[in-house]
Amino acid sequence: MTGTRTHRPPFRWGKLLVMIVLSIGLAATILPFVWMVLGAFKTNAEIMARPVTWWPEHPTLDNFTAWLFEFDIVRPFINSVILAGATVATTLLFSSMVGWALAKMSFPGKNVIIVVVLSTMFVPGIVTLIPQFVLIANLGMVNTYWGLILPGMVGAFGVFLMRQFMLEIPDSLLDAARIDGAGEFRTFFQIVLPLCKAPLATLAIFTFMGSWNSFLWPLIISQDDSMYTLPVSLALFSSDAGGHGTEFGLQMAGSFLIVIPVLVLFIAMQKHFVQGIAMTGIK
Amino acid sequence: MPRRPGKSSSLAAQRRRSAIIAWIFVAPFVLTFGVFGLIPLVSSLAMSFTDLRARDIRNPFNVDFVGFANFVTVLTDESFLHALRNTLLFVVIGVPATMFIALVLAVLLNSLSRRVATFFRVGYYMPVITTIVAVAIVWRLMYQDTGVINTILGWIGINGPNWLSDPHTALLAITVMAIWRNIGGSMVIFLAGLQSIPSEINEAASIDGADARQKFFRVTIPMMMPTILLNTILITTGYMQFFDEPFVMTNGGPLDSTTSIALQVYNQFKYGNYSVGAAGAYVLFVLVGILAIVQFRFFRQRT
Repeated sequence: MTGTRTHRPPFRWGKLLVMIVLSIGLAATILPFVWMVLGAFKTNAEIMARPVTWWPEHPTLDNFTAWLFEFDIVRPFINSVILAGATVATTLLFSSMVGWALAKMSFPGKNVIIVVVLSTMFVPGIVTLIPQFVLIANLGMVNTYWGLILPGMVGAFGVFLMRQFMLEIPDSLLDAARIDGAGEFRTFFQIVLPLCKAPLATLAIFTFMGSWNSFLWPLIISQDDSMYTLPVSLALFSSDAGGHGTEFGLQMAGSFLIVIPVLVLFIAMQKHFVQGIAMTGIK
Repeated sequence: MPRRPGKSSSLAAQRRRSAIIAWIFVAPFVLTFGVFGLIPLVSSLAMSFTDLRARDIRNPFNVDFVGFANFVTVLTDESFLHALRNTLLFVVIGVPATMFIALVLAVLLNSLSRRVATFFRVGYYMPVITTIVAVAIVWRLMYQDTGVINTILGWIGINGPNWLSDPHTALLAITVMAIWRNIGGSMVIFLAGLQSIPSEINEAASIDGADARQKFFRVTIPMMMPTILLNTILITTGYMQFFDEPFVMTNGGPLDSTTSIALQVYNQFKYGNYSVGAAGAYVLFVLVGILAIVQFRFFRQRT
C-alpha cells in the first residue's frame, strides 16, 4: 500500500450490498404504486382472474371514463381543490401575521398566546372532533364549504415555523423601512413577506398535503355528494355499503386520480420538501 | 385647549398604539384558534361528563351532568377495550419497526454519494405524500387471498393467509401498510439529523482508534438522541389516532380485530352518542400524553 490518493476508490463489496438492500426496499416501496397504475388500466374481470396478471392484457380507459361521466369525479375534485386552496391561503396569511407579531413585537398577552398555542400543538385531532361538529351544527354550517374549511384553519405548526424564520430578519432592515416612512402593514407585506419565500413554500406544501389527504373531518361534515371531497367520495364509493366494493378496476383508477397528481407535484418540487424538513425537524 | 405633550403620556400612547397594531396582526388567528380549537378542546372535556346526544344539540338545557358514567361505559365496553388493545398493539409493533427501518435506511443513504442518495430518498418518501384512503384501497386489493402479495410470497415458498379476513393477521397487515407509509418521513428527519453531526467528532473518534461499529453506537446514536425522541413522539402520536386504514380496509373487523379508538369514537358519534364519544376521545388524549411523558423520560435518561 502506498500513501498516494487514488481518485477511483477500489471496488467495495459493502457498497454493492448496500445498493442491493436499498433496491429491494425501493421495489417493495414502489409496488403498491405499480399495482395501482396497472390495475387502473385493467378490466375488473382481469383483476379478479387468478393467477394475477401483471401487465394489462387488454388495456382499457373505461375505468377513467366511468369516473368522469358516470360517477362525476369532477365535483369532489373541485371540493378538494377548494378545501386545500382555502386552507393553504388562510394558513399562510394567519401564520405569517402571528409569527411576525410574536417574533418582533412586544404586546400584552404575547406570552399567553405562545404558551397556549404551543401546549395544544400535540393534542390529537379526534379530541376536538365532536365539539367542533356541534359548534358547526349550531352555526348552521354542516354540509357547507365554511364547515369544511373553518376548523382546518387553526394549525399552530405554521405559526412557529414562521416565527422561527422571522426572528432572523435583522432589525436594521425594519428601521430603514420605518425611516422611509413605511407603516407596519406596508413593511410586513412589502418587505417581510418577500423575505420569507422559503418557509412560506414549505408551509404551503405541507398544509396542502394535510388538507388534500384529510379524511375524518370531511367525512363527518359532508352529508351528500355535493360536498364530498376526493378521499370521502372514494372511500364511500369503495365500501360495501357504497355498492362498488368489488369493482376493483374503478377503485384503482379512483386511487390513481387522487394520488398521481400529488405524486407528480412532489417529484417536481422534491427539493422544497427536503429543505422544509431540514428547517422544521431539526432545531 | 392647548395640548400638553408630557413625555410619559406620549410614550404610553405610543406603546398603546403598537400594542393595537400587534393585536391586529394576531387577532384573526387568535379568534379562529379560540373558537375552533380551544373552545372545542375544553367543551370536549365538559361534554364527556354529560349525557349529550345528537338530538340535544339545539336545546342544551336537556343535558344533565352524569359524572364519570361515560368513562365507565367506555372502559367496560367490549368493542372499546378491543380498540384499546389494538391501538396499543399497533403502536408497540408499528413505532419501533418504523423507527428501526427508517434509521437503517438513513444510515445507508448517508454513506452514498449525493446523487444516488437523492434518488432513493425521493423513492422512499413517495408513500408519505399519498392519501391514506387511496393507498388503503390499493393495499386491500393486494392483500386478497390470491392477490399480488401472496403471489410474491409464493415465489419464496411462503403460503400467505387471507390477510384481512383472518382475525389473527388483519391488524398485522394494517400495521405493515402504516409502516410502509411512514418510513420515508422518519427517514428524512433522521438523514437531516445524521448530516448535522459535525464530521470532526467522527474524525476525533477515528484518531482515538474507534472502529465503524464503535463510532455508530458511541458517537452517532448518542448524537442522534434528540432526533430519535422527536421522531418517536411524532410517530406515536400519529399512530395512536389511526382511523383511515381500518375504516377503508376492514371497518374494524373481523371480530373487532382491527378496530381503533378513533374508529370507536367515530362510531359513537355516528350513533349520536356524543358524550360517550367525547369520553373515548379523552381516554385517547390521556394515553397520548402518558406515552409522550414516558418517552421523554426514557430518552432523557439516555442522553
